[in-house]
Amino acid sequence: MISKVEIEHVANLAKLKFDEKEIEDFTEKFSEIIGYVEKLQEVDTENVKATYQVNPNIQFMREDKVEEGFSNGEALSNAPDKQYGYFKLPKILD
Amino acid sequence: MDLINLSATELKRKILNKEISSKEVVECYLNRIEEVEDKIDAFITLNKDEALKAAEKVDRKIQNGEKVGMLAGIPIAIKDNISTKGLKTTCGSKMLENYIPPYDATVIENIRKEDGIIIGKTNMDEFAMGSSTETSYFKTTKNPYDLNMVPGGSSGGSAAAVAACDVPLALGSETGGSIRQPSSFCGVVGIKPTYGLVSRYGVVSYASSLDQVGPFAKNVEDAALLLNVLAGYDNKDSTSIFREKVDYTKGLIEDIKGMKIGLPKEYFTEYVDEKVKAQVLEAVEVLKDLGAEVEEISLPHTEYALACYYIIANGEASSNLSRFDGVNFGYRSAEYSNLEELYTNSRSEGFGEEVKRRIMVGTYVLSSGYYDAYYRKAQEVRTLIKNDFDKTFEKYDIILAPTSPILPFNIGEKIDDPLAMYMSDILTVSVNLAGACALSVPCGYVDGLPVGLQVIGNEFEEEKILKLAYNYEKNRGIDMKIPSLRSEENGL
Repeated sequence: MISKVEIEHVANLAKLKFDEKEIEDFTEKFSEIIGYVEKLQEVDTENVKATYQVNPNIQFMREDKVEEGFSNGEALSNAPDKQYGYFKLPKILD
Repeated sequence: MDLINLSATELKRKILNKEISSKEVVECYLNRIEEVEDKIDAFITLNKDEALKAAEKVDRKIQNGEKVGMLAGIPIAIKDNISTKGLKTTCGSKMLENYIPPYDATVIENIRKEDGIIIGKTNMDEFAMGSSTETSYFKTTKNPYDLNMVPGGSSGGSAAAVAACDVPLALGSETGGSIRQPSSFCGVVGIKPTYGLVSRYGVVSYASSLDQVGPFAKNVEDAALLLNVLAGYDNKDSTSIFREKVDYTKGLIEDIKGMKIGLPKEYFTEYVDEKVKAQVLEAVEVLKDLGAEVEEISLPHTEYALACYYIIANGEASSNLSRFDGVNFGYRSAEYSNLEELYTNSRSEGFGEEVKRRIMVGTYVLSSGYYDAYYRKAQEVRTLIKNDFDKTFEKYDIILAPTSPILPFNIGEKIDDPLAMYMSDILTVSVNLAGACALSVPCGYVDGLPVGLQVIGNEFEEEKILKLAYNYEKNRGIDMKIPSLRSEENGL
């Protein structure tokens, strides 16, 4: 069983927060899922390489060519808050 | 005959012959949507005015004798995680409730280039995380065969839209079965293309090493037609693979004599509904009669696929979804006093329960101290799963299985039990892990509900799975009437 403290730690890493009741419900369902995926420990993977990508592509380089991108207005068109042509955020330095 | 019952291929022929105009077709489908949408809830956003304008443009081209594209004048519905310039793209989430992309996904550019008409954006599980559309922030889509049941997910809106004759074609996306499973539940055809065949540029990422976009259609030929438009190299997607263009409709009519088919015993276990199994085995008999050679095979690591999938998919999701932080776009909480709170409150209020659960699981398996035990282990098991497929395809052309182990279930039945919900993907996730291609084609009914036959092929062998499915479809001997044609039974 995963502890409440652990859940709170992971929530903090993921920038999520939960109230007491949610944490309780969550801890139970989360533990069930982790319990299920524990199944993988049965598999012998000694000398087996990991497949992070099935795709054999090697990252290619593009020519350094200037192309048309978003205008300032387009880039900011979905911004929750903006000012002077920039994304606006709360102050992070005093 | 009513236009809504025609296939995309038939519609295209009539439009090109000037028997009907694209505008008439689009109007007819918009009327159909208006008529049944309050029962089905397949759409999040409709694109009425733009669709009619686009149709008029195609009609003008045809009137002027100009060359028109492969999808000339045909209405298409788009899953709402695929970016459409100027048209809301919500991913079924409060987080993106008002998000309007300033650009088109490459697959959308392709559809527009080929004169397809984008008619609306379909409902889906939030950020494609779910198997029933019930995790959508906006609504739950209903299965057109039985309105009390789920259409499957996560591309449930697209599958239901095709089944309800709201559109002849639709786009969906898959990470672990999100096209095939709803195809099975709604009695339509759906393809999960080989990883790298279709561009992911502009498709909101869930798990980048697994995601692929694919078509939904009423029949195999239509699905092949739409795949023609979707497939192709894109230098905006670094995982896109360059290959010669193929016309997937071309080889469909070839016979399947001597094709070697493997039936993996792990896909016919006690976890699979007996009636579903029986229906699939009947389909196997049809294929044998057509000259296919069928043998039992084993994919020994199948039982680990779902666990492997949930670690990898959630790990990648936790990283991909970190972009939703209330800064550049999407939902921002009204309450915060500093940047940290802005992040945490926006994410906690903007995401739904299942999405948060998967981000949490993903963060946990990637966090220090657990990475090797979970994430790396899963990627090693993935190698073994892929090896199972690679070895099989050295000897066999096709792997056949049920698409879903169960029939469509009731709305509300599994939503409070995440593991039970995940189990409905048990026969589809392996294909995504291996990067292979697969489709689901209807193979009959059990208790009045459709069953899907899953046809799996080696990477980039879409032509083979399409040919087999086409041959089956033509000879299955079952009258697979989509719901609009069974109107007395379901009120549509």
